[in-house]
Amino acid sequence: MAQTGTATKPITPAPENIPILLIVNGVERQLRLAPWTSLLDALRNHLDLTGTKKGCDHGQCGACTVLVEGRRILSCLSLAVMKDGAHVTTIEGLAQGGALHPLQQAFIDHDAFQCGYCTPGQICSAMGLIAEGRAKSAEEIRELMSGNICRCGAYPNIVAAIQQAMGQS
Amino acid sequence: MINFQYVRATDVADAVHRIAADPAATFIAGGSNLIDLMKYDVERPSRLIDITRLPLKSVEETADGGLRIGALVSNSDLAYHPLIAARYPLLASAILAGASAQLRNMASTGGNLLQRTRCYYFYDTATPCNKREPGSGCSAISGLNRMHAILGTSEACIATHPSDMCVALAALDARVHAAGPAGARTIAFSDFHRLPENTPERDTNLQPNEIVTAVELPARGFAANYTYLKIRDRLSYAFALVSVAAALELQGDTIIEARLALGGVAHKPWRDPTAEAALREQAPSQATFNRAADVFLRDAKAFGHNAFKINLAHRAIVRALIQAAAGTPQSQSDKKIR
Repeated sequence: MAQTGTATKPITPAPENIPILLIVNGVERQLRLAPWTSLLDALRNHLDLTGTKKGCDHGQCGACTVLVEGRRILSCLSLAVMKDGAHVTTIEGLAQGGALHPLQQAFIDHDAFQCGYCTPGQICSAMGLIAEGRAKSAEEIRELMSGNICRCGAYPNIVAAIQQAMGQS
Repeated sequence: MINFQYVRATDVADAVHRIAADPAATFIAGGSNLIDLMKYDVERPSRLIDITRLPLKSVEETADGGLRIGALVSNSDLAYHPLIAARYPLLASAILAGASAQLRNMASTGGNLLQRTRCYYFYDTATPCNKREPGSGCSAISGLNRMHAILGTSEACIATHPSDMCVALAALDARVHAAGPAGARTIAFSDFHRLPENTPERDTNLQPNEIVTAVELPARGFAANYTYLKIRDRLSYAFALVSVAAALELQGDTIIEARLALGGVAHKPWRDPTAEAALREQAPSQATFNRAADVFLRDAKAFGHNAFKINLAHRAIVRALIQAAAGTPQSQSDKKIR
């Protein structure tokens, strides 16, 4: 990291790495991380769980959506150290054995992606949406999924996939 | 992002003690704005004091019939709280008009109050910005200013406050509870955020060593006649160009109390007592609403690209008052404006 301190600003000493525990997809993972490590970078770079995608890295696209304590959040704007002790669910944690999660299967059934880059975030977001139980109509699904951008424009198929999965849950 | 130290506060007193000990430290709760600003090197704290484990997560009824909302209640928990949905639907609607489901799960009540402007120049460290670097100049006044303020601006800054939630809190006459080295105090919502004047680097009147502990709502909730109407460039997940929180109390065919607060038009949620007075003791009608909008915008001033906002704000005020009077609040999922 570039040293950005100047003559007039005291230089902050590099902090010690902080020991943290994350329970990722049901598995306890011990890590030692610098405090600026985002949850996204912890998952991708330190735990090799690259299913969660880095899109904008600024909370504007939703590609990095994961579930923390069952609630959908943006891992790019979360510091891993602040999630010490938390249960994290990523796209890698959805399939059971060899069987896809019904949402994953629904995305395939409805051709709900083209390039696929936003898809892990879309699916984790839809997991949160279904757990919240606020969306009933297609209109409400669209509104409550608005935090997940799909630049391929697969939105109608994404809504259809979520409706199919909602019907099964 | 620069190096920083990380500590967890154990209680409010500990948090206040820690912030007083390091003037370059800052509190972090949801982090959805702060971490973004740190990635852009706009915020450069020496130390983050994590307050997320403090016991400020409850919504409690107050003795005078209002509610006290802990500073760490998430935006989504607040919007969907049964007492908010039943008694303060204006607040619920405004929160659900903002950000995305993920961000609402992260963002805290206190943090929403303290979020910073989304002015592009504030974010761009290659350009002058008086809010980011006092005395460096304002790039927006003669630059791209489509999203910028039309009311209460100064020669130093024409930034807007980006919150939706705060627009409703302003209309509801909320109070902010803060704690600091000198003890606890309460700040009227209208006194919480500041106008830019010559110190645009200061968004609020909260002192650097104080922490927001709660937001209190008075009993009057305007649950029958309200609306939150938000106009933006896309239908969801975008900041307001203009938003209107309108709340009326009707007795028969007479408006006996009126609240009108606008977002996207000023450095703080904008209220105008004269415009609200122009609504009281009147029958709800397009003519009355037009007059109130005229009064509300009498001092509006545009800077080029944002000239459209004056007309847009006028129409949004009238439309919002029609919705409020009719008891047909704007839906935040069906975006048709009726």
